[in-house]
This record gives sequence, C-alpha cells and structure tokens, in this order.
Amino acid sequence: MLKGSVSKSRKTVVTLALLFSLAGASSAVIQRFPKPDFESGYTRPELETPGPRSMALESLDVVVLLLALSLASYFALKLRSRVHIFVLMLFSLLYFGFWRKGCVCSIGAIQNVSYTLFNSDYAIPWTALAFFALPLIFTLFFGRTFCAAVCPLGAVQDVVILRPRKVPRPLAHALSLVPYLYLGLSVLYAAAGAGFLICRYDPFVGFFRFGANFNMMLFGASLLLLGTVIARPYCRFLCPYAVLLNWMSRLSRRHVSITPDECVNCRLCEESCPFDAIRHPFTEKQGGGKARAMRRLGWIVLLTPVVVTAGAWIGYKLGEPLSKGHFTVSLAEAIVLEEAGLRSETSDETDAFRTTGVPIETLLSDARRIQDRFRIGGGVLGAFFAVIFSVKLINLNIRRRYDEYSADTGTCLSCGRCFAYCPVGAEGVDLEQLKRLST
Amino acid sequence: MSSSRRDFLKSGLNTAAGLAVGAVTGLALSRSGASDLVWQLDPDVCAQCEKCATNCVLPESAVKCVHSYSMCGYCDLCSGYLEPGAKSRDTGAENQLCPTGAIKRAYVEDPYFEYTIDEKLCIGCGKCVKGCSAFGNGSLYLQVRHDRCLNCNECAIARSCPSQAYRRVPAATPYILRGEEGQRYVEQI
Repeated sequence: MLKGSVSKSRKTVVTLALLFSLAGASSAVIQRFPKPDFESGYTRPELETPGPRSMALESLDVVVLLLALSLASYFALKLRSRVHIFVLMLFSLLYFGFWRKGCVCSIGAIQNVSYTLFNSDYAIPWTALAFFALPLIFTLFFGRTFCAAVCPLGAVQDVVILRPRKVPRPLAHALSLVPYLYLGLSVLYAAAGAGFLICRYDPFVGFFRFGANFNMMLFGASLLLLGTVIARPYCRFLCPYAVLLNWMSRLSRRHVSITPDECVNCRLCEESCPFDAIRHPFTEKQGGGKARAMRRLGWIVLLTPVVVTAGAWIGYKLGEPLSKGHFTVSLAEAIVLEEAGLRSETSDETDAFRTTGVPIETLLSDARRIQDRFRIGGGVLGAFFAVIFSVKLINLNIRRRYDEYSADTGTCLSCGRCFAYCPVGAEGVDLEQLKRLST
Repeated sequence: MSSSRRDFLKSGLNTAAGLAVGAVTGLALSRSGASDLVWQLDPDVCAQCEKCATNCVLPESAVKCVHSYSMCGYCDLCSGYLEPGAKSRDTGAENQLCPTGAIKRAYVEDPYFEYTIDEKLCIGCGKCVKGCSAFGNGSLYLQVRHDRCLNCNECAIARSCPSQAYRRVPAATPYILRGEEGQRYVEQI
C-alpha cells in the first residue's frame, strides 16, 4: 500500500496513536510505522556522537593545580615576592577560570565529596576529589597560598581591588559567620541529593563560561563592584571552602610572615592589608574592667551547652522546610495538594509523574524518608552553627596579647602585599638601628 | 601556655587535621570512579516540556534533537516534521513544526523521505520529539551534545526537568541512544 495516497487508514492509525498517547503511556518507543525497505541503494547516515572533554585534559588540570599550589607556596614563603604571586594569580584566572570555565572548582568539590559519602550511586571522579583535597593539604603545610594565587574566584575579585576600606569590626565579625552557614547548608543539600547550592549561587562562574541566568550575572557584577572598595568580599564573607582553609591554615606548619626575620614594631605594615588580616600588638579593650569581662566570659561558657541544644532543636525543626528544596519532596507535596483538590491546575512535574505509573504511596514514602534525613541533617547543622557561634563569642571575650605584627593565620590570604611595607631585610637597612628607632 | 607546649599542641592538631583530610579523601576515594561523569538525558523518561531549550546556562542550549535513522519510518506524512493540520506535505515553512526550520526533508525514493537535523539551527525545544513520539516511531529525541555541553557540576536543565530525565553517565559512554544505534553504541564499549 502506497503511503502517500492513503488517507482513511492513515486517519485510523493517527486516531489510534492519539488514543495510545492519551492513555498515559510513558514516552517509551512504539514502532508504529514499519522500517522502510530501500530499493534504490540508499544508505542511512551515521548518528554522530561527539565526545566530551578528554580524560587526559581533566588529568592535566590536576597536574596544573599541583604545580600552581607548589609555585604559590614557594613565591609566598620562600621568594616573598608579590609580583610573582600576582602573575601566577593572573595565570590561574585564565587557566582555572576562563579556560576550564571555573568548573569543577575546589569550592564546589566539597559538594561532590558530601554527595558521594552519603549516596552509594554516585562515584566521584578522582579529579574532583583531587581539587577538594590538594588545596587543603597544601594549606596544612604552607597556609592559604591557594587563595592568593590559585583560586580563580579569588583572582577575579583581587584584580578589581581599587581603594580597599576596612569593614567595621562588629560587622566583620557578624559577617564572618555567614560562610559557616553556607558551608553547612551546601553540605546538607548535597548529601541529601537536593542539588549543589554552591554551584547554583556561584557569582563568578557566569563570567568564566560566558553564560548564566540574569540574576546570577547581576549578583556577580554587584560583588565585583563591591570588590573595588571592600577587598575580596566573597572570599572573606561567603566562601564555604574558606571555612576549611581557615582551620587548616591556623594549624599550618609554616605560614606567611610579614617580616622576613623578626618584627621590630615599626608599625609600617599596619595599614597595608586590604583584608584586615594583620594582628596588632595592642590588646583589645574590654568594656567594664577585668572582673566584669571574666563574668561575661563565664556566662558565655556556661550557656554554650544550652545554645548548642537550642541550635540543634531549631535545625531539626527547620529540616522540614529545608527539605522542600528536594525535587521528590516538592513533587510529593504538589501531588498531595492536587489529590486533595486544593490545586486547580496540574504542573509539568505532576503530569510527568502521573505518566510514569509509579504509585503515589511510593512517592510519599520516598519523600518521607528524605524529610527524615533533612531533619537529622538540620539538627546536626543547627548544632554545628551553634558551636561556631559560641566559639566566636568566647574568642571575642578572651583578651589576647601579641608582641609583634603578624599575619592572622586563619584569615591571611598570603597575597604578599605587606612584604613591601616591611623594612626588615631591605637593602641598606640595619636591623639594630631599626630596633632602636622603633622603641 | 608556654610557647613550646603551644607548638606541640599545634603540631599535634596539624597532624590530626591531616589525618582527617586523608580519612575523608580515602573514604571518598573508595567510592570513586576512574571516569569523569557527564550529563545526559534519558529519552524514555523525557516529557518533551520544552525546558531544555531555555534552561541551559549557555545562550544556545547544549541539548539538540538527534535522529535515530534505524528507527525512522521515512514517512511522507511525518508527525515530527509537519504540523498537525499542515496544508501540504512539503518543505513550506508554514507546514513545519520546527520553529527554526532545523529539520531538512529530502526525497529518497517512493514513498520515502529522509529527515536530517541541522544542529546549527536546532534549539532543543523538543516540539518535533513530541510529534514523533506521539504519532510516529519515536526516532527523534533530545540528547545533550558533548561538543557543546560544559558539564557543569550542577546542570541547570537537570534541575528544572519535570520528569527528572537527566542523570550522570560515564564520560566514555556519554549518550543514551535508541534503536540500533543504541545497541551498537552499547556493544562498542
């Protein structure tokens, strides 16, 4: 039967096909029309399957990371040259940022690790694992040299620094808590399979890959604009990886120091750090005198278990609203509302679910299981954040005495801007004379 | 605390931190795969919602329609090419489902017509996929094209897909194909 001339039987076929599709069958393949028998010697074209970026290039990225971390540490600790650090930073911006499109970055790799630890069906690529672990290990040895010259997000913020101003101390302390929250939420979401928040809200990746939705571009542009007067805002007040780097750096075996030899307290480096990461040898004034301060500290320490318990409870309660960020949970919610007649229209998601033929009870039990995970995870997150908050309060109420100017081991990004300000070790400068002049 | 005691404590904590990083890394390594993972959509789960065209972070979506020639019926009245109620079965733009005219129709022999996709024009909207899977053989379907895809750590399309058709597949076999092409693809691994 010639296909071109048929109308009635074609109409029947079409009607049947329409009925088939309306019957709710999933889009599984139905061979409705038979395979043609070509008599003219026609051969079917090949379907092209272009492959993704080769594994060799991905492995090369890890080698480059290793080299960059080594060079950054050498430039910051041994060579002590800001120019070398800056040039390496530009290379990292170009390679890890624009060439590699900023993905998978060390910051995002936290999520891949969280995801693989809690989900047996995800095999983390070793390259992502390397990006997670290598900067941490280097930081344990040399301090935050990764931040100075390797991280592309740091690099893009560093190049726009124009007239950096100090953030008022109370604000800086409050904002410094945000990365802990961001880290906790990202780990929770990644582990629960609800998505990668760090990637979703990465402000700078849109520039690196020349594509992002409008809101993210706006966020990135705003941060860069802010970065002209507040140096490296993402690094200091948002970056979740910075939490881990901060911890590693505080415990690092070696660390960048402002002076190549000993500090003579000449105070020349005092205003040299755009990130306010220099410890001054002046004690912070405590209001009210020593006894009052001791009592305040005592109360904070005593109340810490209460705060942590409260944090855990709040986190546990927040588990349910947080779980709505998971696709299965929001789908289950939508289905329940529709079944109860509380929604007038179905959504794409509920339509697609209904064609799968999966019973609603299965979906609901999956969603309940995920919500349980979120409650437990939320409790852990709440307790974690409460501990961080308490530690912060305790630290703010402990008086520390420093004898010299040094880099804050937790927050110093090893950029080397302060090196040029230190007269010690400069040519023609006598250390003993400096000491006499500085007292 | 004397400075030597502090240094000792710091050194101890440094080692502990190193061990912690090593432990986490080792645990993750035990679940690690040698291959990189890339995104692909499962055509049997796809709901043809048209979001693939608009949700990719790239200005031109990395998702394109592909054609399984082994499954195609080569019909004159192609439900993936022609609009329902098309005035005539020819290459007139007013008859085509495709909003960008990315499907090219060529006469092979009576009564067969060959349909090929011009990827430069295809936007990955899936209108042809909907028509083909509803009334045809299902030989037209969407796939992530890996010469275009950036392989973001979180795929913006995957996140918005109403049927959750996206999953991570090994980079060595980055496609989920239908028909004979699919069978040959799986065999060649």
